[in-house]
Amino acid sequence: MSRTAEKALGRQPLGIVFAAPYAVFLAAVFAYPLGLAVWMSFHDYFFAAPGAQVDRPFVGFDNYASVLKDPAVRRSFLNVAEFLIINVPLTVVLSLVLATALNSVARFRTFLRIAYYVPYVTASVALVSVWLFLFSKSGMVNQILGPLAPNPSWLVNSVLAMPVIALFVTWKQLGFSILLYLAALQNVPKDLYESAAVDGATRVKAFWNVTVPGVRSATTLVVILATITGANLFTEPYLLTNGGGPDGASASPVFVMYQKGIEQGSPDTAAAIGVMLVILVLILALVSRKTLERD
Amino acid sequence: MASTNLNPRGRQVWSLAALFLGAAIFLFPFYYMVIGSLQEEPDTSIKGAFPAQGLTLHNYADINSRVNLARSLVNSGIFTIGVLLTTVVFGVLAGYALARLHFRGRGTLFAVMLLVQIVPFQLLIIPIYVLIVRSYGLADSYLGMILPFAINSAAVFIFRQFFLQLPDDLFAAAALDGASELRILWSVALPLVRPAMLTVILITFIGPWNEFLWPFLVTKDQSLQPLAVTLANYISNIAARATNPAGAALAGAVVLAAPAVALFIVFQKRFTGSELSSGVKG
Repeated sequence: MSRTAEKALGRQPLGIVFAAPYAVFLAAVFAYPLGLAVWMSFHDYFFAAPGAQVDRPFVGFDNYASVLKDPAVRRSFLNVAEFLIINVPLTVVLSLVLATALNSVARFRTFLRIAYYVPYVTASVALVSVWLFLFSKSGMVNQILGPLAPNPSWLVNSVLAMPVIALFVTWKQLGFSILLYLAALQNVPKDLYESAAVDGATRVKAFWNVTVPGVRSATTLVVILATITGANLFTEPYLLTNGGGPDGASASPVFVMYQKGIEQGSPDTAAAIGVMLVILVLILALVSRKTLERD
Repeated sequence: MASTNLNPRGRQVWSLAALFLGAAIFLFPFYYMVIGSLQEEPDTSIKGAFPAQGLTLHNYADINSRVNLARSLVNSGIFTIGVLLTTVVFGVLAGYALARLHFRGRGTLFAVMLLVQIVPFQLLIIPIYVLIVRSYGLADSYLGMILPFAINSAAVFIFRQFFLQLPDDLFAAAALDGASELRILWSVALPLVRPAMLTVILITFIGPWNEFLWPFLVTKDQSLQPLAVTLANYISNIAARATNPAGAALAGAVVLAAPAVALFIVFQKRFTGSELSSGVKG
């Protein structure tokens, strides 16, 4: 191979051929749609008959302005904020404690791992049917609570609908966070625990001073993944609370995107919501990285 | 957390007790899904969760008569196998190139792959819908269903990570023998990739098999809908007319959950942090 060819294509240009299908795929279902989303959000975009030439004028920030003024959209972003406030701390604390416990036991590990991971591998649609059954008005949860059962019931109660969704998602996704923490725990040096014990630290102190800082990068990852999950929320508000009900109390931004973009035929404003979500997720990912990995 | 004065065995007992309690809470909905699917009449009392008798398969017949269960399963299968095939073939090639070959654009491709993990496709659902349904006319087709999932980036990542771990000597020796890159991939790297393959199949399987939003948007024709969509439509529309709506929905849920759960239990050894976390954090 000549020098110039090597400079232009790299030492092993066959890599370009091998990677090409994946590169084309990323361009077609990621890069181009991302660009199209931004373009749509700045134009008056509507669905036209296939092949029809239509004028789609540039409208500046109009779509963003109408989205930001829309109470349904604002509500959905607040709902996700509520979701994250419940889901993120609960996920971090429960998965770290459970992973530490799993790491310390010698027996039954296979069974316990299966028990904690299995909601993660199961379809939301299947799990939602059980939760609908459990949390319905005459469902088992209310049977157990008896007179303490909330009225209106869980999924039709505007205060409780979002927390139930947050709890559902925490349960469904927890196994993956446990798995990430279990991997991180293997990398915490054992002698740190020994020197903590020599210094007379209690188990709780050792957990706080050795384990928690030792798995910090896993914590960043867990927080970022939980944020992404929150931004993606769709199936749960669609099915568990019957379309983000009651009265939009559990509607998520992706659900509002679906309503506006596809049901009501304004893909331009829906694209604006999507672009805002992408920016918010990137900001939250950067912020959690910066704050959790300060030192 | 146990106190300091307990010996390590005592601590283990406490950890185990807490873990088993948690496991029982985690597994209860699965148990309840199966029990609820076998009950003639919905019984939501606590005693109803532990029935001694009166279990029936009637709900399975009921859901099968209300939706086309077999057809939906076939559709889920085509969607999932299509994604698995394209992910394995193109994922191995891309993972190998990213790990072992020096070519122009490798850094860029790697950076985009990282970004894809942070900006998931739900956020781009509107432009993807516009492109696939409106521009390419792929609504109500398997191709349209498969396209956005065709190559799972986490799988490419796992393959890359796996190829990176293989010893350099292996490749140097083969290159010294005059083997071409294609030959090295085919006869040196591929035979060793089996363990990564199982992990990839497991995590790729649960994507399309469990996916609801995309096939829900892209298929209006019921004969093309995968089971997750069929069951969701049943839950939100038709359930009111069945005699035991919850029971029939739960029977459908068991059918939808079973393949993924079974696959996971068989391959659970491949589902560990060291295999997967490399896949999400790089």
